[in-house]
Order: sequence, then C-alpha cells, then structure tokens
Amino acid sequence: MSAPETFMDQKTALAAKAEVENLDFYYGDFRALKAIGMTVYERRVTALIGPSGCGKSTFLRCFNRMHDLYPGNRYDGRIVLQPDNADLLAPDVDPIEVRMRIGMVFQKPNPFPKSIFENAAYGLRVRGERSRRRIEEKVEQSLQDAALWDEVKDRLHQPAYNLSGGQQQRLCIARALATDPELLLFDEPTSALDPIATSSIEELIHDLKERVTILIVTHNMQQAARVSDFTAYMYLGELIEFGVTDEIFIKPKKKQTEDYITGRFG
Amino acid sequence: MKPIDLPDIRGVIARHKRYDALFGVLGLVALMIGVLTFAALFADMAWKGAGRLDWDFFTHFASRRPAQAGILSAWVGSTLVMLVTASFAVPLGVAAGIYLEEYARKNWITDLIEINITNLAGVPSIVYGLLALGLFVYQFGFGQSILSAGLTLALLILPVVIVATREAIRSIPQAIREGSYALGATQWQTVRFHILPYSSAGILTGVIIGMARAIGETAPIITIGALTFIAFLPPSPVKAEPPFISFDWVFSPFTVMPIQMFNWTSRPEAAFQVNAAAAGFVLVLMTLAMNGLAIWLRYRLRRRIKW
Repeated sequence: MSAPETFMDQKTALAAKAEVENLDFYYGDFRALKAIGMTVYERRVTALIGPSGCGKSTFLRCFNRMHDLYPGNRYDGRIVLQPDNADLLAPDVDPIEVRMRIGMVFQKPNPFPKSIFENAAYGLRVRGERSRRRIEEKVEQSLQDAALWDEVKDRLHQPAYNLSGGQQQRLCIARALATDPELLLFDEPTSALDPIATSSIEELIHDLKERVTILIVTHNMQQAARVSDFTAYMYLGELIEFGVTDEIFIKPKKKQTEDYITGRFG
Repeated sequence: MKPIDLPDIRGVIARHKRYDALFGVLGLVALMIGVLTFAALFADMAWKGAGRLDWDFFTHFASRRPAQAGILSAWVGSTLVMLVTASFAVPLGVAAGIYLEEYARKNWITDLIEINITNLAGVPSIVYGLLALGLFVYQFGFGQSILSAGLTLALLILPVVIVATREAIRSIPQAIREGSYALGATQWQTVRFHILPYSSAGILTGVIIGMARAIGETAPIITIGALTFIAFLPPSPVKAEPPFISFDWVFSPFTVMPIQMFNWTSRPEAAFQVNAAAAGFVLVLMTLAMNGLAIWLRYRLRRRIKW
C-alpha cells in the first residue's frame, strides 16, 4: 500500500498529512479496528468506503479522539500527524488540542440552536477570541469558503434552524472551517440530504481540498468515485485495500474490493 | 381464498367501535372526577372567602377580631421564605443535575445516587421538618427563622430540581454535544454555551413546580417553629444608610400562608373560617400563577429550540 508514483497530475506534490500505523480500536472488549495502516495525503480527498458496520466511522472518529468522550474505549497504535510528527493518540496528548487542529462534519447537520453567526463563530469563541472585528472577518470568510455567504449574509442573526438541510450542512462546514483546521473529517455528510444539496456539498469538498486535507466516510460509491483522490475499502474492521481512487474503482487488486464495488456484495 | 364477507366485517368493526366509545366515556368521567372535584373546592373557597377579599385583607396583620384580621405577615413571610428556598435550591439542584448528567461516570455509584434522589422526592415532608429542627434551628443556631424555613423547603424541593434538570439535559441530542466537543470545547464550555441555555426552559419549569409545592407546605414549617400569630414584618432588606442592603430579615421570626390558614381554621368563631377560605383562595391563586408562569416560560423558551 505504498504511495502510488503515478499520481502526479495534481498541482502540489504528494506529501503525507497523517500516517496511520497499526491502529487497533476497542469498544470495551470488542475489537472494532484491526491493525489499520494507511496514509492520508495532504490536500487530497481520501474516501473510506465499505458496508455498514465495517468500522469506517469508528476509524474516522479516531482522528479527532471523539471516542474519548465515552467510557470503555481504547486505542492501540499510532496516528502520526505531519508536519510535526506527533502521535495524536498518545496518552499525553490532550484530545482538545487534537480537536482544535482537526475539524469534523457530521452525518446529520447539527447546527447549534443559535444564530447563523454564532454557529460559525463558536470555534473562535471556544478558543477565547474576543475581538469582534476578527470574529466577524472570520465568520464571513468561512461562510464564503462554505459557499453559503451569499445566501445568508442578510440574515446572519437569524436562527440556524431556519435554514434548509443542505444549508445547515454547509453551515456546519463553515463552522469547522472558521478555525482553519489542518484536516477535515466528513462522516457521511450527505446521507441526510437531497440530491441537489448533495451535489453542492460534493462541489464544495472538491474546492476545499486546495487548502485542507479531507477524509470522508461515504456509503455512496459514486460519491467516493466523484470526490476522492484516494480510496480505502474497509471490511469487518480491517483495511482491505487502499490506493488511488481510479485504480480502486477500475482495476482493484483484491477480489473482495471488486465484489463490493461491482455491487455483488454489500 | 374466499371473497371477503362484507356484512360480517362490518359487524366486527361496529362491535370494536362500541369499545372505542365506551373507553371514550370512561376516560372522560375519570378526567371530570379530578377536574370537577378541584373546581368545586376552589369555587367553594372563593364563594366563602369572597367577602373578605379586599385591599385591607392583604395589608393587615393577624388580629383577634376576625373582620380586621389580614394576611400581611403571611404573604410577606411566604414570599421571603420562597426567596431563600429558590436561592439555595436552584444553584445546588442545577449544579448537581449537571454534574450527574455531564460529568459523573456512569457506574453503580451514580445509579445508586440516582435511585436515592428519586426516593428523596417521596420522603414525607415532616421528616424534613424534624431534620431541619435538629440541624438548622439548633445545630447551626439559625433559630426559628426565615432562613431555617427557606433551607428546609430548599432541601424538600432539591430532588425535584435535580430530576427536572437531568431530564431537561437528557433531552438535548448527543449530536449537539459532539458538535461542540469536535470544535475543541471543554466540558465546561459545552455546559455553559449549550447544555445550560438549551435546558433552561425545562429546569425553570421544574423549579417553579417545586416552588409551587413548597409554598403550600405546612408540616415542616410548623415543626421548625413558625409563629402562628405575628403582628410585625421582618426587617426591611433595604436600608437608608450604606451598605443599603441588609440580611437581618433572614433571622426574623415569620409565618407563612398555610400556617395562617391552619391557625384560622382551628378557631371556633365562624368568621375566622371565612378568613381561612379567603387565605386558601389566595394561596391556590399563588400556586396556579406559578404553574401558569412555568407553562408560559416553557412555551417561550422552547419556541426557539426544536430538535
């Protein structure tokens, strides 16, 4: 599963953002992830695919230490974040610090029951930013980056719940972008959205990879093919195959991957 | 398959519908027994006490002459005791509820605490009165004061506040917490910016319902020694000279509405029964007003939030 040498048609050279080394994860006694090893490349979109229960969401939630919120969970192995070469699973690393560097967008849009402005500003407030001017700048910037600004600029102080589902999800993306994350995690971000909202989110993901590394879990294989540069196929907590998306979809090396992708299984 | 026998099916449906109608009637009767009993009691009190309900009734102290007796010391006492109760029960109950829901690890100890809190809500109030007599009145030396009464009632409604807080917090979707934590928030930031504001409607409702219960409590207040006849008001909390605020009133003797009522009902003169009915009417109005406030607040605060 080495980095493919052929992958040079991108504007930037290929560099690792995160290296997963021999990662195991346990819910109590249940081993949900088994010896996962792969690389997440900087400013690329990496898709995690696989049937329900294969552990792709569990894997994603290791990156921002979400599992630390619940008792009985245990990580084993390393996720080394570049460029500082730090293992973000190390016991002495504060999960709060990890979450400040790595943003997350959830399956169902989960805006806070506050105004649009306050949603986008929340990450900055959590970091103790007090300057109103800087918060306003950052809110506008992130809403623009999330392709939402034009739709909401006249009603920033209205409740976020008045937005449509797709707008809410873009607001959640803006909320994550406002604090300049190095890596952005998407956990099936379009599974609760209609096709039009889905395509706008996909477009957005495509645009965002110029500045942020993206790791996305998706149920939808067409989506993985459309938005990602790299794809990892997981099954029963194991990483079956990882590689350039086109290769995975056109000529997978493993029979298992081929069966899943061609719809014979899953 | 044989064709459906329509007349037969219709007979079955008609029979089932009779049960439907029967339950409708039974349910209505059950509801009316509750509602009408209360309405009759309330109307009876209002009818009997109506003659005494005027401005003087609220601005006069208790008196040996029933026509001049009023509820001034009682309603002032009730208000002040409620003030003390709220200022202790709300912070303690809310903090305990937040701790149990958001901070405490879920294990058998928290389960045990949870069961005990629920049970505490069912302890007879006279037991709280006895506890308070020993603890607040004698041990802490607060005497037979507004402070002792307020603390006693605070203990009494603490379980209600804790349970209401926990239920309000539990109704907040986990996705909101995860959204907050995912941005690097600490537990306290999550509580301050999300958990507390979103659960405040439920908490307030619980607090007010607890207070509505406390305002009518008689037994524990008698146990700690509230006066039944009192012709002065506690010292004013506001002073003309610095520091302008005084807390002397918390150590003042006092009486409360239900005790005033109890005192009047135990008198032989019929005129005092009229006073008792009028005071009862006022007390019920006070609790109804508190419950109404709870409903209104819940409605107002919930309107912004919909999961």
